[in-house]
Amino acid sequence: MSSYSITEPSAPQKWIAGTLVVAYAVITLLPLVWILTTGFKSPVDAIAYPPKVLFEPSLEGYVNLFTTRTRVSPEQLEALPPPETWYEEVVRNRDMVIAGPSRYGERFLNSVIIGFGSTFLSVFLGTLAAYAFSRFKVPLKDDLLFFILSTRMMPPIAVAIPIFLMFRTLGLSDTHLGMILLYTAVNISLAVWLLKGFIDEIPREYEEAALIDGYTRFQAFYKVVLPQAATGIASTAIFCLIFSWNEYAFAVLLTSGTAQTAPPFIPTIIGVGGQDWPAVAAGATLFLVPVMVFTILLRKHLLRGITFGAVRK
Amino acid sequence: MKTAKLLAATALVAASGVLAPQAQADELTLCWAAWDPANALVELSKEFEAQSGHTMKFEFVPWPNFADRMLNELNSGGKLCDLLIGDSQWIGGGAENGHYVKLNDFFDKEGISMDDFAPATVYAYSTWPKGTPNYYALPAMGDANGWFYRKDWFEKPEIQEAFKSEHGRDLAPPKTQMELLEIAQFFQEREIDGQKRYGAAIFTERGSEGITMGATSSMYPIGFKYEMTPGKYDMEGAVNSPEAVAGLEFYKELYKTATPPGYTDSYMEQSLDAFKSGQVAMAMNWFAFFPGLYADPDTGGDKIGFFVNPGQAKEASTLGGQGISVVAYSDKQEAALEYIKWFAQPSVQSKWWDLGGYSCHVSVLNDPSFADSAPFASDFLLAMDGVMDFWQEPAYAELLLAMQKRLHDYVVADQGTAQEALDKLIEDWTETFEDEGKL
Amino acid sequence: MSDTPFNRAAKATPPSVAAKIRGLSDRAIAWIFVLPTIFLLLAVNIFPLIWTINLSFTNFRANRPNREVEYIGLRNYERILTDSDIWLTMQATAHFLFWTIFFQVLIGFALAWLINRKFKGNDLWTTLIVLPMMLSPAVVGNFWTFLYQPQIGLFNYGISFLTGIDPSSFQMIGDVTLAPWSIVIVDTWMWTPFVMLICLAGLRSIPDYIYEAAEIDRASKWRQFWTITLPMELPFLMLAVLFSGIENFKMYDLVVQLTGGGPGSITELTSINLKREAFEKWRTGYASAYAIILFVTVFGLASIYVKALNKVKER
Repeated sequence: MSSYSITEPSAPQKWIAGTLVVAYAVITLLPLVWILTTGFKSPVDAIAYPPKVLFEPSLEGYVNLFTTRTRVSPEQLEALPPPETWYEEVVRNRDMVIAGPSRYGERFLNSVIIGFGSTFLSVFLGTLAAYAFSRFKVPLKDDLLFFILSTRMMPPIAVAIPIFLMFRTLGLSDTHLGMILLYTAVNISLAVWLLKGFIDEIPREYEEAALIDGYTRFQAFYKVVLPQAATGIASTAIFCLIFSWNEYAFAVLLTSGTAQTAPPFIPTIIGVGGQDWPAVAAGATLFLVPVMVFTILLRKHLLRGITFGAVRK
Repeated sequence: MKTAKLLAATALVAASGVLAPQAQADELTLCWAAWDPANALVELSKEFEAQSGHTMKFEFVPWPNFADRMLNELNSGGKLCDLLIGDSQWIGGGAENGHYVKLNDFFDKEGISMDDFAPATVYAYSTWPKGTPNYYALPAMGDANGWFYRKDWFEKPEIQEAFKSEHGRDLAPPKTQMELLEIAQFFQEREIDGQKRYGAAIFTERGSEGITMGATSSMYPIGFKYEMTPGKYDMEGAVNSPEAVAGLEFYKELYKTATPPGYTDSYMEQSLDAFKSGQVAMAMNWFAFFPGLYADPDTGGDKIGFFVNPGQAKEASTLGGQGISVVAYSDKQEAALEYIKWFAQPSVQSKWWDLGGYSCHVSVLNDPSFADSAPFASDFLLAMDGVMDFWQEPAYAELLLAMQKRLHDYVVADQGTAQEALDKLIEDWTETFEDEGKL
Repeated sequence: MSDTPFNRAAKATPPSVAAKIRGLSDRAIAWIFVLPTIFLLLAVNIFPLIWTINLSFTNFRANRPNREVEYIGLRNYERILTDSDIWLTMQATAHFLFWTIFFQVLIGFALAWLINRKFKGNDLWTTLIVLPMMLSPAVVGNFWTFLYQPQIGLFNYGISFLTGIDPSSFQMIGDVTLAPWSIVIVDTWMWTPFVMLICLAGLRSIPDYIYEAAEIDRASKWRQFWTITLPMELPFLMLAVLFSGIENFKMYDLVVQLTGGGPGSITELTSINLKREAFEKWRTGYASAYAIILFVTVFGLASIYVKALNKVKER
C-alpha cells in the first residue's frame, strides 16, 4: 500500500531479510538438486570424491531404472547381434544385457491409480459431510469433528495392526481397492476439516436465495454451493493426493507386489552388485518432480491449506 | 515381446504335439531375493516356459527387505507368489502355519526321491519337523557363508615379505579364525598401489539377518551352540558358554580393528562393493555370489581367490541357501508343481550349476568333474559338510530379531559386554520359547 | 460444471427417485451426506480401535492362525511397562521429539519473521522453502543415506568444506553419538517449513494498528517484539509445537529409511520398535497393548496441552 506506513520495514531491513531467506532456501534445496543431478550421472561420477558438480550427463540411471539386466561374459557379448536401440547400447557398455523391464513402471502406475482413486473418493465423501456439518445441526457435531481429527494422531503402525487382520479376512491385502479405501479413510478427516472451512466461508444467503427461487436443498447444494467451493475442493484434492502419493507405512505393510506403490519400492532399487544410486535418484526424480511442480504452480491455494487446518481451531 | 515369446512357445508345443501337458497356460509368479542367482534362474526358466507353455513372472526383492516382505505376504495369505524360494529358516513357520504345500504325495507320485539330493540340504531346506520325512520344499540352492581375497595382493613379493617378517609365517589364505584376524589386521590401513586398503569386509547389518549371519561364522567354529542337547531348548551353557563369549568378542575385535570405516550396517551388497572397489583384502559373502565375482572384469579372474570359512575349535560354516516351495494360497498349484517337477530333473540341475546356481542334486555334486568345474567348487563341498543353521522354529523371526539386536548393540553400538549380550539373548529366547509352549 | 459427479449422479437417477431425493428434508439430507463418512471412519478407525483393545488382552499372534488364543489379562501391559528396552526407545523418542521441536520452532519462527519483512519475491522463496515437506519422506530419507555417506556424501563433504574436518573421519548414521543427530537434522530439514507456515499465519494475523499505536508511544522495535509480536504469536507457536510434536511422534518412514533404528537400538523410535513387535516378531497381542499405551499417552498429553493452549488464547 502506502510506502509511508510506519509498520512497513525499511529497505535495508528488507534486503537483509531477503538475503537470509534466500540463503536458507539455497541450502535447503541442495539435497533436492542433488537428487535431480545424481539421476543424470554415470555410476562412477555419482560416487566420485570430491562430489562432482559438473559432469557429463548420462542416461544410464534412467535406463537402469526401467530395466533388469544380467551380466554376460565378453565372449557371449561378442556373439550377440549389434544392439538395436540406444539403451541396449548403454547396457552393453557395462558388459550386460537387458533381461526385461523392471517393476518401476508398474509401481508408479499403482501410485497413480491408488492416489487418484482415493483422492476422488475422499473429496466426494468429504464434500458431502463438510456441507452437512457446515449447514445443518448434526447431533454431537463438535465431538464428531474432534474425533475425526484425533484419528490422525495415531502412529500409522498402531492403526495398521487391526487393519492388517481386517484386510486378510476380507481378502483386501495387496489390492488396489483395499489401499484406495484405506487412504480414503485416512484422508477424509483432513478433507472434511478443510472443506468445512471453505464451505463455512460461502455466505448462506446464496443458498437461501436459491431455495426461495424454488430450488430444493439438493439443487441448491450442487448448483450454488459446489461452484463456489470449487477452489477449496481443488486444493483439498491436492492435499489428499499428496498424502496418498507419499504414504509409506501402510503401503509397506499392506502391499507386497500387485498393489505396491512407488515409495516402498524406490528404496529397494538395486543394480547388479551394489546400490545403484543414479537409478535410485532417477526413480526418485520421476516420483518427486510432479509434486514439486504442483507445489510451485498452485502455491497460493496450497500454502493457505496447510495452515488452514491447523490454525482454524 | 511377451506375445512373441508366447507365439514361440505355442509353435513349439504345436510342433511337438506330445509335449503339451495341459490345455491351459498359466502365468506363474516366482518370488525370490534379488541377487545374481535369481538372474540365472530367469535364464534357466526359459526352457520351462518353452516346454510347458506357461509363462513365468518373477518378483525379486532385495535381501534386506526379502524376509520382511515375503513373510508379511505369507502371513496375509497373499496370492502374489505361486512359487517361493524362501530362506531355510522359514520352513518351520511355512509348514506349521500352512503357508507351504506339503510335497510328499507329489514326490511319491512323480518319482522324485529326496535321496537324490545332498542329505545336508534336504535336512536344512526341506524337512519339518527337522530330519523327519515331511517335505515342504525341494532343495533349490545350496549356499553357505564363505570368503574371497585379493590373490594379486597376497602374491606381491613386498607384501609377502612384510607379512613374513611380522608374523614369521608365509602369507596364505587363513586356516583358522585367528589367522584370519591376523591377516585382516595386517592389511588394515596398509598402502597398496598408492591407496589405503583395509582388512576385511564383514556383515554388520542390523535390519534383517546380516550381523547374525556374519558373527555366527566366527562363533560356530570357536564354540557357540544353540542347545546343550539338541531339541531340548537348554540354552544355558551353550549360547553363553565361555567359547561363545570368546567367539563374539572375536567378531567385535575383527570389526573394530580390521574393517573399513563406515561399514556399520553392511551386508551382501556392501561386502561386494567394498571388495570390487578395492577397499579390502578379504571379504565374507555367500557362495552364491562367487561365480559373479570370479567373472568380474576388474577384480575377478586371476585377481581373486576363495577359501572356506576358517575353523578354530572345529570346522563350521554358516548355512545359507533355500528350497523352492509351492505357496498354499496360490490358485495355480498344479502349474507350480509342474515347475518343481521340471526343476528336479538332473539335466536341468546340471544346467542350473552351469548358469551359476548351486544345485543340491547329487548327480551334480558327486560328479567327479564338479570339484574342478570352478575355483570355488571344492570349497563349496567342504563348506556344505560343516554347515550350521540358525533356529528353524516357527518363531524364527522373533528369535532372529532378538539376536540381531543383542549382537548389534554389543558389536557396533558398544553397549555392554559380550557376556551380557549373550545372557540377555538367552532371556529373550527363553521368553519366546515359553510363549511357544516349548519351555 | 455440467460434468460434476453430482450432476452425473443426478442425471442417472430415475425421475421418481430423484424427486424423492429433492424433496428430502434437510435432516434427511444431513444424514445422507454424513453417513458414508461416519461409516468409513467407524470401519477403519473405531472398529479397529475396539479390536485392538480386545487383542491387547490376548496372546494372539497374527502369523499363527492355528494356535489357540488365550486371554491373559493385563500381562501384556505389565510386560511392556517393565521392559527396560522399551524405556530406552522412549528415551530415544524423547530426544528426537525435544530437539526436532526445538530446532523447528526456532528456525521456523525466524524464517517466518524474516519473510514477514515482505521483501520482493518473498512469495516465491517461501514456496521453494516449503518444497521438502511436500515430498515423500521415505524416498527422500532413503536418498539422505547417500548424502550421509562418509567421504563421498554431500553432507560430509559440506561439513568438511566448512570446518576442515576429514570427510571420511566421521559417519553420521553409523556412529553411536552422531546417529541421533542425523535423524534430527533430516527431520528438521523436512518439517521446519510447516512450523514456518503456521508462524507466518500468526504474524500476518497481527493487525498493523497495534504496531502503529506502539510507534506513537515511541516503544522501541525490540520492545515491540517482546510486548506485541511474541505474545500475539504465542498461540500460533504453541500450535506449531503441538502439530510438530504429533507429527514427529508418529514418525516412521523417514527414520526407518535413514537408520533403520540403528546402530544397535540407538535411534529406534517407538514407531520402529512397534513395527518390529507387530510385523516382524508378530506378537500381535503384545503390540496391540503397546499401541494402546502409545495412543493413551499421546491423547492424554495432547488434551492437556490443548487445554493450556485454550487458556493462552483466552488471555
